[in-house]
Amino acid sequence: MKALLDDALNVHQTALNLRAQRQELLASNIANADTPNYKARDLDFRSALDSALGRSGGTLGMTVSAPGHLAEGSGGNRLAAHVGYRQESQSAVDGNTVNMDVERAAFAENSLQYEASLRFVDGVLSGMRTAIRGE
Amino acid sequence: MSMFNVFGIAGSALNAQSLRMNTTASNLANADSVVGADGQPYRAKQVVFETVPVDGKSAQGVRVAQVVESAAPMRLVYEPANPAANEEGYVEMPNVNVVEEMVNMISASRSYQNNVEVMNTAKTLLQRTLTIGQYAAQPPGEQ
Repeated sequence: MKALLDDALNVHQTALNLRAQRQELLASNIANADTPNYKARDLDFRSALDSALGRSGGTLGMTVSAPGHLAEGSGGNRLAAHVGYRQESQSAVDGNTVNMDVERAAFAENSLQYEASLRFVDGVLSGMRTAIRGE
Repeated sequence: MSMFNVFGIAGSALNAQSLRMNTTASNLANADSVVGADGQPYRAKQVVFETVPVDGKSAQGVRVAQVVESAAPMRLVYEPANPAANEEGYVEMPNVNVVEEMVNMISASRSYQNNVEVMNTAKTLLQRTLTIGQYAAQPPGEQ
């Protein structure tokens, strides 16, 4: 039963975490819209989710073969591998690459996806509850 | 919980933008101040933004690194009757460019609004997160 709940919630929990981190990155972009030489960044959500769920197709996964080895993700920021810089569409004189339209759209989209993940968690929980009650 | 960092980031931006707005207000108010506290004409001031790490590794806020004085040449106005006029009858006026300042003000105000919006969205999402499982706890049909 424990494994069942874990399996059902694991994907959504990981997705929620990543969405929150992406939200943070996008908030950084919006906050720095007027900072000279700031380069807008974003998260490659698919690859970040894949690697967080341990199904990365050979992307930066580390093998732990001896007790002295560091486990994957224990050192440094594992997320940093999936953060990239945005391609700029229109260059600015001050070297800033934040495009407010793109950032606002991404922010709104990310918020919706976050809420969707919350709904999924709620759905799993109420499904489990129904199963337990047997109504 | 990284969603809380959004408040730090957006808050730092609100702070920086309001300082920029303050500078603009000071410049506009002193657009005609011939003599400042140091006996010299007022010089336009501009803020310089820079990124600053907020808490986590990836989060970056913004702060005002320094306030610089504009290097633009002073505006010379021919006004021989003015006690501050030089031998040729010219008065040195502040180098405030009013059009530039108005544009700056609008830009600061828009950026401020954007960041307020970001904060509101983060707040909504966090409140929604707090209700995880609450809908599920109610028997079906009673929501």
